[in-house]
Amino acid sequence: MAAAVDSAAVAPVEIPRPPDRYRTFTAFVSWAAPASLILIVAVLIQQAWPSVTRFGAGFLIGTEWNQVTNSFGALPFIFGTVVTSAIALAIALPVGVAVAVLLAEPGAQGVRGALGTGIELLAAIPSVVYGIWALYVLAPWTLLHIETPVTDRLGFIPFLGGVPRQTSLFTASLVLAVMILPTLSAVSRDVIRSVPRGLRESTVAIGATWWETTWHVILPAARAGIFGATVLALGRALAETVAVAMVIGNRPEIPHSVFSPGYTLAAVIANEFAEATGDIYQGALVEIGLVLILVTLTVNVLALLLVQSARARALV
Amino acid sequence: MPGSAGTKLEVGSLSFFYGKTRALKDVTFDIPERRITAIIGPSGCGKTTLLRVFNRMYDLVPGARAQGTVMFDGTDIVTTTKLLDLRQKVGMVFQRPSPFPMSIRDNVAFGPRLLGWSKTRIDDVVRRSLEAAALWDEVSDRLDAPGTSLSGGQQQRLVIARCLAVSPEVILMDEPCSALDPVATLKIEDLMVELARDYTIVIVTHNMQQAARVSDFTAFMLMNPEGRHGELIEFAPTADLFNAPRDPRTEAYITGRFG
Repeated sequence: MAAAVDSAAVAPVEIPRPPDRYRTFTAFVSWAAPASLILIVAVLIQQAWPSVTRFGAGFLIGTEWNQVTNSFGALPFIFGTVVTSAIALAIALPVGVAVAVLLAEPGAQGVRGALGTGIELLAAIPSVVYGIWALYVLAPWTLLHIETPVTDRLGFIPFLGGVPRQTSLFTASLVLAVMILPTLSAVSRDVIRSVPRGLRESTVAIGATWWETTWHVILPAARAGIFGATVLALGRALAETVAVAMVIGNRPEIPHSVFSPGYTLAAVIANEFAEATGDIYQGALVEIGLVLILVTLTVNVLALLLVQSARARALV
Repeated sequence: MPGSAGTKLEVGSLSFFYGKTRALKDVTFDIPERRITAIIGPSGCGKTTLLRVFNRMYDLVPGARAQGTVMFDGTDIVTTTKLLDLRQKVGMVFQRPSPFPMSIRDNVAFGPRLLGWSKTRIDDVVRRSLEAAALWDEVSDRLDAPGTSLSGGQQQRLVIARCLAVSPEVILMDEPCSALDPVATLKIEDLMVELARDYTIVIVTHNMQQAARVSDFTAFMLMNPEGRHGELIEFAPTADLFNAPRDPRTEAYITGRFG
């Protein structure tokens, strides 16, 4: 026994390493994700080819959408997508962060837990159900209590005038706001909770009020995470399909008012793809899908650049 | 060094509760002005709880309440409603350095800005506070760098500067060196001695050598084994407490026989 130990000490046995096939498998899976993205884009480009060759770059700035004349342009949809998501974010971000701040407070954990779960459950409602609710409840209510009073009083402001409609860009934005609220507030709450307690205490210890503490220290400390939550929410808003299709009015034009019907990239694909006839019409819809990928990609890249420049200025 | 000194904080029969649990019972002693008072004792003896009464930090803890009095310049800290004034006069430095997510300058200027001081006055106070915290020479050329870019010891001195900026009278320190290396610890200790010329300092520490090194007075606390609440066992000039403790429990603790 002793001899065996000695010889082992003289000539150390190589420690067995896990077989390399795990590495191979991991590498394969890791590369599969970017590879599938490229494949998807490749297939989309191939399917969209008739439209790509026919309209070229003009597709992005074209405003006509005519199945009869086979003339297609994506600008109204890009406009609708970006505008509804932007309005939704403008509404949901302050609300979501405010909710997150309240949920992250110490004390009354029972109530806060229940509230938090309730808000998270909003994310569990299927979007088609949101669509029904928006169509029957939100849209009439919005027309009566927001759109009509606002156009009556502030109609002279661009994008607030015109004849308000139940199904409009604004109604779609409201549904989107409700739909992205859970993501925003749940993620922000976790981020705010993870701000070190010492930071809150030392702010309070210097004589800051609750509001000063929250506004000047807690939220800045959490801003990188809140920004992440915002990008996540924006991604969902840009790609949301069914609920938007049900309340946006589905009119392929750039409206003069946010209270008028519009259309989004995702909604037009869902609505028209099944009935699209002819290579060019179908190709145009697939190209709309490509544009949607482009829009979400642009948003993510911009977000990344923003975070990087903030890091460079050492703000985060 | 102790000599004659006025009383800055007068603690009278102070008891403290977290909900129904008693954490402190009948603590009575006077904290002298412009001296360093150390509070020592084993974990769970209530020394941090006691410290947090002095600037009402316990208000952040739901269900916490204090009984008794802590007189500070004629007002009772336990019952005062002017918390913001109190915390401006009684600053606090915590265990872990906690620079705010902003530049070094803005960290120090934070308190003065809340008080609405003028810009020239703030610029002046930023410099003087950093000098008083023995940090000015190290950061004067990079005041706009983030506070988090400093080393741990520098961060703690930044926090002290931030605390000095609002002209406090009392500085509470809750184990300010426990997250620091020995060199940084020594710097903070030197700084404390320096600051005690102008400020009243109360420091909670696990480290008896530290208490012996820097403090003028020491309070020794212990958890009552029956009631499981913290009690003040002995309060005396530091030299007396360490060399000739009156209570056998103090002697047992400082000679390392328990705790």
